[in-house]
Amino acid sequence: MEEPEGSDEDPGERLRRTFRAQREKSKKIRDVEGISSIQQHSADDGRTEQTDESVVPSKSGKLSQKGLSSRKHPSATSQHLDDSVTRRLEAKLREAISKVEEEQKDAPLEPASRLQSLRDRDAAIRFDREVDADRVERQDVPADLSTRVKFREAARKVIKVHPNAEEAYTFFTHNFEPDPLDESEKMSRKKKKTQRTSEEEGDGEDGEEEVKEGDHDIESESEQAPLVQNEDEDLFVLDQLPEDVLVVKKAEYVGYKQRVARESELLFTPSSQPVPTSCKLPENMKPRYLEDEGLYVGERPPVSWTNERIMENRLLQMAEGMKWFGDDGRTLALPNPIKESSTRPPLQHIEGDLDPALQTVFRKLVMSKNANLYVTGAADPEGDYQLDVDVSGLIFSHHPLFSREHVLGARLAQLYDQYLSRQHNNLTEHLTDKLRGLRRALQNMLEIHGERDLTPPMQQRISEYSLEVRNTRQLRDNEQEKDRTLLKQLVKVWKEVKTLRELQRFTNTPYKLFLRRENVDRAADEQEHEGEILTEIVELQAESEEDYQRKLAEYKKQLEQWKLWRRKQKAKRKKRKKKKKGQSHDDTDEDEEEQEMSESESPTEEGPSKPEAPERPDFRSTEEWVREKASRIRRKPGEAILIPDLTASGNITATALCPRTEVARREDVSKRSLFIKILYNDKEVSRTDSRALNADFRVHFGQIFNLKIVNCPQSINLQVFEQIGLSSSLLAQVFVPVPQPTVVTGNAPLEEFEFSSNQRVMFDHEGVGSDVPLSFDADGSNKVTLLTSGKVSCCVSWGNGEDGAPLAPPVSQHLVRKHGGLGHLDAVTYLGASGLYDMKKIAEWAKQSRLDPNDPKNASIMQLLKVASSGEVTTPEYFRLEHLQEEFNFVTDEEIEKNKRFRLLRLREQGVPEFRNYKFVPAHENGISNEVFKDYEKRLKEEQIIDAKEYLDTHRALVAKNLQKIRESVIHRFLHAKRNYHVSDLVVEEEIPSIRFLGIELFKWAQPRRPLKPQRKERKKVTAQNLSDGDIKLLVNIIRAYEVPVRRPQSNKAAQSSQAAIQGSDWYLSQAQLRPFVEVSFQRTVLQTSSAEGPNPCWNEELQLPFRAPNGDYSTANLQAVKDEVFINIFDEVVHKSGESDKDRGQSFHASVEKHWLGSVKIPFSTIYSQSKIDGTFKVNTPAVLLGYNSERRHAPSGAYDILLSQSEGTFLTLFITIEPQLVPGESLRDKIKEVKFDSMQFDSQEDEGLLQASDRFESEATQNFPDRPCITTVVDLSGKTVFITRYIQALNPPPELLEVSTQEPAALIARYVSLIPFLPDRVSYTGACGLWSTCDQFLSFLAGDEEEHAVLLCNYFLSMGKKAWLIIGTAIPEGPTAYVLTLEQSRYLIWNPSSGQSYSQYDTFCPLQTIGCLVNASNVWFNVQQYTSPTRISFDTTKAKLWKQFFSRAFCHPGLSSVQPETLMYRRGDKAAAAELQDRIEKILKEKIMEWRPRRPTRWNRYCTTTLKHFLPKLEQSRGADVTEGHRHQLQSQLGDNKISGFPLNLPFSGIQPIIEAVYSTGVHHIQAPSAEFALAVYVHPYPNNVLSVWVYLASLIRS
Amino acid sequence: VVMATNNPSVFLLMVNGQIEGANFPGYDNLYCKYCFVYGHDWAPTTGLEEGITQITSKSTQSSHKLIWNFPLEATFKSANPSGWPQLVVSVYGPDVFGNDVVRGYGATHVPFTPGRHTRTIPMFVPEPTWRLQKFTGWLMGRRPEYTDPKVVAHGEGREATRVRSQGFVTVSFHITTKDMKKMGYDVGSPSSANAPSATSNWSTEEQS
Repeated sequence: MEEPEGSDEDPGERLRRTFRAQREKSKKIRDVEGISSIQQHSADDGRTEQTDESVVPSKSGKLSQKGLSSRKHPSATSQHLDDSVTRRLEAKLREAISKVEEEQKDAPLEPASRLQSLRDRDAAIRFDREVDADRVERQDVPADLSTRVKFREAARKVIKVHPNAEEAYTFFTHNFEPDPLDESEKMSRKKKKTQRTSEEEGDGEDGEEEVKEGDHDIESESEQAPLVQNEDEDLFVLDQLPEDVLVVKKAEYVGYKQRVARESELLFTPSSQPVPTSCKLPENMKPRYLEDEGLYVGERPPVSWTNERIMENRLLQMAEGMKWFGDDGRTLALPNPIKESSTRPPLQHIEGDLDPALQTVFRKLVMSKNANLYVTGAADPEGDYQLDVDVSGLIFSHHPLFSREHVLGARLAQLYDQYLSRQHNNLTEHLTDKLRGLRRALQNMLEIHGERDLTPPMQQRISEYSLEVRNTRQLRDNEQEKDRTLLKQLVKVWKEVKTLRELQRFTNTPYKLFLRRENVDRAADEQEHEGEILTEIVELQAESEEDYQRKLAEYKKQLEQWKLWRRKQKAKRKKRKKKKKGQSHDDTDEDEEEQEMSESESPTEEGPSKPEAPERPDFRSTEEWVREKASRIRRKPGEAILIPDLTASGNITATALCPRTEVARREDVSKRSLFIKILYNDKEVSRTDSRALNADFRVHFGQIFNLKIVNCPQSINLQVFEQIGLSSSLLAQVFVPVPQPTVVTGNAPLEEFEFSSNQRVMFDHEGVGSDVPLSFDADGSNKVTLLTSGKVSCCVSWGNGEDGAPLAPPVSQHLVRKHGGLGHLDAVTYLGASGLYDMKKIAEWAKQSRLDPNDPKNASIMQLLKVASSGEVTTPEYFRLEHLQEEFNFVTDEEIEKNKRFRLLRLREQGVPEFRNYKFVPAHENGISNEVFKDYEKRLKEEQIIDAKEYLDTHRALVAKNLQKIRESVIHRFLHAKRNYHVSDLVVEEEIPSIRFLGIELFKWAQPRRPLKPQRKERKKVTAQNLSDGDIKLLVNIIRAYEVPVRRPQSNKAAQSSQAAIQGSDWYLSQAQLRPFVEVSFQRTVLQTSSAEGPNPCWNEELQLPFRAPNGDYSTANLQAVKDEVFINIFDEVVHKSGESDKDRGQSFHASVEKHWLGSVKIPFSTIYSQSKIDGTFKVNTPAVLLGYNSERRHAPSGAYDILLSQSEGTFLTLFITIEPQLVPGESLRDKIKEVKFDSMQFDSQEDEGLLQASDRFESEATQNFPDRPCITTVVDLSGKTVFITRYIQALNPPPELLEVSTQEPAALIARYVSLIPFLPDRVSYTGACGLWSTCDQFLSFLAGDEEEHAVLLCNYFLSMGKKAWLIIGTAIPEGPTAYVLTLEQSRYLIWNPSSGQSYSQYDTFCPLQTIGCLVNASNVWFNVQQYTSPTRISFDTTKAKLWKQFFSRAFCHPGLSSVQPETLMYRRGDKAAAAELQDRIEKILKEKIMEWRPRRPTRWNRYCTTTLKHFLPKLEQSRGADVTEGHRHQLQSQLGDNKISGFPLNLPFSGIQPIIEAVYSTGVHHIQAPSAEFALAVYVHPYPNNVLSVWVYLASLIRS
Repeated sequence: VVMATNNPSVFLLMVNGQIEGANFPGYDNLYCKYCFVYGHDWAPTTGLEEGITQITSKSTQSSHKLIWNFPLEATFKSANPSGWPQLVVSVYGPDVFGNDVVRGYGATHVPFTPGRHTRTIPMFVPEPTWRLQKFTGWLMGRRPEYTDPKVVAHGEGREATRVRSQGFVTVSFHITTKDMKKMGYDVGSPSSANAPSATSNWSTEEQS
């Protein structure tokens, strides 16, 4: 089956072809099988059934899909497809129907076959039952027919698609006859099958009929039989093509003219010719143009002429077309402005008639509760708001660059503006009219009612009127006065301008004031004037009369009162007089009178004073006053009216004609330009272009900015900037109010916003400046101070969307915001998030916003406030970022601590070494035993209480504690540095081949092949992380050794007896007396080489040692931290023959093998890992004295350098060590730290920024050009700060004790002292890596450090001793990157290894220093830019710039960096008592250990020997092992007689007891198995200043011979 | 020992399924490596933790799928769902010159819920750091590869790399768990139907 849409073919055709193929297939089968029996038939039948079944659903599926898809996509093509399919189906249907009908005829004749399958019978029953039902509508389709039903549905859909309405109609309405079509069809088919003999064609139809069944069901009736005319058998042969059924006909054609004629009956084409006006108007009417009549006519909407004409033509064709034309003969295009009724047609029906469902119902508006809570449009996707800011321009009303004339001009303009606006408002006129009106009204009233008595309300009104008149008059007078003064001022300023212009002799402003004179009719004017004055006088007189009357009335009233009061007084007095009369009769009446007067006037007597009678108003003065006022505020009668007219038409004097100061001013003006920044919510959103300031101090911008806003608008701010050259300064700010939502672009007018600036500006040219006092008067009085000010004309409005909708927020929300309601409603916006913690603020807010206490939303706040107001809760004094943190704690912290499981999980997460790789944490706490934590807790305890036994002295314990802390801080510091991954950590990729590499590659092709000269190939590197135990091996290739000490011939008797035999070959024998082998031990795996012969043995053996990473963690970090060391020991194999076997040969003899330790080399694994291979010759640490052995002396040349050369003597071992497979050395932490360092450089260093950058540059340049040369210019000190390296170098005093000892070369002693300061064993992982440098005093107090610190100290000591010394930064074997010290002694250079205290001459081949990267001293850093790096091949002359690149050169001077080192070092003298105590303890521990290591045999200690040895050790310390061997041995020999002694002293710096034990163990002394062996062990601890201890351990074994 | 009791100390996760195939437009003759990555508290009890499929080439038919149908079967036990197993697949195949290069890395968590699941894993390959490297890598048949395919199961350090997405691998899982609920881990109702993952949701378009 192929997809019909996959091809261009007609799908029906395809379908048909498939059928055909099907049929042919079945035909084939038949052909093969033959048709012999019924049984076969039935089987055959079953199968065909099956094939049919299998075919049908898939086909139907296809079809239904088809139908669906065509429905879904009603595109043109699918439609086409659809049509063709339908057509095909129809054809098929027709065929099928005819076939069925034919069969139907046969059906009654044939009985149903007995061989009918059960399934078929089922079907038959079904059809029987359903025969009567409406088949189309039937719903209960049995499940097994579902596929067919589907098909039917599909077919139905196909029909539905087919737009034959008629068919559909018949289909639905036709009365279906109970026609058992399907059954009969099926039966007939069955029957046919059973009967079939030669009728094979029919079979093919079966399949087809199955397919068509559905269609058939539905359509057989509607598609009437007549559709198929000839019921020929041929029709059912599928080979027939559609062409056979179709009739080809000629297409119908109608001639063009005929068609046009036919069309013209129906169609009308409006012409675009202009229609004469007469046609458009009713007859005998002339067009009437409203415009001409002065009526308002709106603007017609623009329509093209052609369209209008077409429309007109069309309208004229219409029956009532005329009503569309207006009076002017044009179509009505504008609304009728005077139409009163609504244009909308009234609703025809009354509301009652409406269907109740369609009734409109009034619902009250409900406010959404939450609508106002949110900031407009912030999260609303539809909140697409836009603010248009139109910045039109800017006018300065004062500018510092104004000239005096400009100032006056501006004033003039201002006054004129004022004048114009006054004129525009014309208040004076208005008030005058009003006054006139009022007067008339009053007059009328008086005239009408004047004679009769006035009713009180009338009186009231009159008095109101007169009051109004009075007020209005006053107002008018004021206005008139203002007008007058304005005009006067205008004229005055203009005069000033004129005089100024004359004075300065040039013109700056174009202003010109003309005074237009308007002559008036003198007589009329005078009359009017006089009349006015008279009226006023009358009015005033009336008023004052009234006033007088009122006052008089009041006076009278008061007088009455007063009189009353006086009468009372008199009465009183009379009473009193009568009393007096009785007493004295001398008093006369006059006296009484006087007395009365005095009494009445006396102040004690309270009473109203006698009111004074009001004056009569003086009418004459009134008249005078009125006249005077009129002359002041009004123009004189008959005088011409002056109308000022300000124009800007004047000429400005050309710059060339101006004086120099003015020219300067103008130039200054031309330099200035202005721009405006637009700040929205205090954020700059846009700015205008910069426009030059014009000479008239106006700037036009004319820019519109569309701000698409998301945040609620709080403020819109325009900042005016003035630009001079490149610098710009803020001139002023203009705050523009946020527009109302109704203010939309287009309807918003431009507004002017004034601004001013109080900046003080002064100029030395004509510019007047700003905030500078200025006077125009000659005498300098009347100073004015002008400030820069101006007006911005701009407009802010809400934008319009594309569809014209305003992009403004909804009004309601906006209003809420405007009232500040938003802030009140939302606590967060009101207070800010942090404010939520402030109870007071919350309470304040709650009070202000009047929270509804009943609202459940506010319940929590109310609760909170209640508590807060009660004062119980105080504001927390801390800030908590996640105040809900506690909610997320699923158990309390204590519980987590207590729970073993949680603890385990936590420790694992923290990466505690014990648990880092802990697998399978049990699910329950009880699954964890306490054992798990034991180790960890033990370690913790140890860390806390530094084991006294381990460290043996309290000072060291303290130091160890300190170091622990530092280490922790270091680890923390670099924890995130470790996390800093690089691509190379994760991805393996090819390096970019350089051009050179490519060249070599190409060259290689041309090279002749040399199979006998194999080239070394780079091994593939393996990243460590996907390794497991056993994958990694350590390959140690022991090549050869030089000058191994040889056995000393035994000086016992046995040896002497055989001396004769030996004598001849003394040399040979002595050489043979050595069978050295090398034993390599690593991680407790011990491997050894075979033994070789002689003092210069050659082994060339490879030893493979397995490597196991601690905790099975093969990550790079862990590997770097591996602390294991590879011990390489050289032993002498001594065979003791026991049992005399000389006589009888062949007899077995016992031989016991002993190994005697000769020396060792230690190489830490971390070095091997970081170097990936170690290849070289190493000096073997041999004991100073090796009992029973003689070190082969070189023929020492006698000379001055004897001592120096002797240093290079000793045993050497050539080794090659590597790791298999090669591990990618984890990028050393240093690089990462560098990155981190640079990241945090700014705040992590006290160095000068420039210096740091220079050092960065220096280093990167160095690594770029010489990648293999280490270069350090800056280091990190203990506090994590970056420090320049030269600060570490400073002369420091060595311990005075050491200098006192004059017997020895002080330099060597000091080197030894430095080397005795122990290395920090725990910091293996951080040596060099973190580059932490401690200063010398720190170093001495910690008594632990790495190579750099040793080197620095040594270098500083040398400097104080007056030597020339440098610090060498380089690489050495086996340390890797390290630091050495270089000294210049008698024109020879010496290289000192600070960790061993040895010195090497420059040309010593065995010098471990391999590469010299740079030299450092207190003043400079030199980087090695020579061709070679090896010390033997380079020159140390740092003055040559070609060889040494200086850091501080002439270009970049030394900035005088002070040292970080202390001035002097303080020393404590060595504590002998403590040393002795330590000595005893070490001895005791070692003895115990050795006994422990020999569990099977008793360990006997030879006390005598021990004491002897003990005496030797201090001597050894003094001489450092030099030249004491001989005497020492003799002494021992004499004391111990026959015993065979072998032994050696070990010397170690003291750092702890464990390294000593390790060292003793590695010598393997305890392995001596001889039963008679005795041991001797002596320990000596020599104290040096500052607790530096040198530990000597003398080990010896004695075997009784 | 404790398994038989009512209080189990571990739960079991049984993963059946198969690496059904992949869709790598433009590439052919690919094979796939897989491995399970799981946390500390997980241990495989039976089954293969890693495997490698046969090389398969595309059918000539219209479907451009590479079919491996490589069975997965593994059982894990654990006490702690943290570190739930992830299936890491990496696809390799020859380039133009016949060099075996990586075609994609991808990872998916083993589904939590019992039932049948289909996961379509989007695959990606690390990109060369430099353009020149891309060219030389192509020339020499050395494309950048992860040092460890398990990197794709972890998030650490991934920010250092650049990758290009390339193809899809379809894996079906049949998950059975035991004692998860007893130990208090409820992973929700077992999904009977094929619950498409978030990744397969958007990638189905490419599949069809």
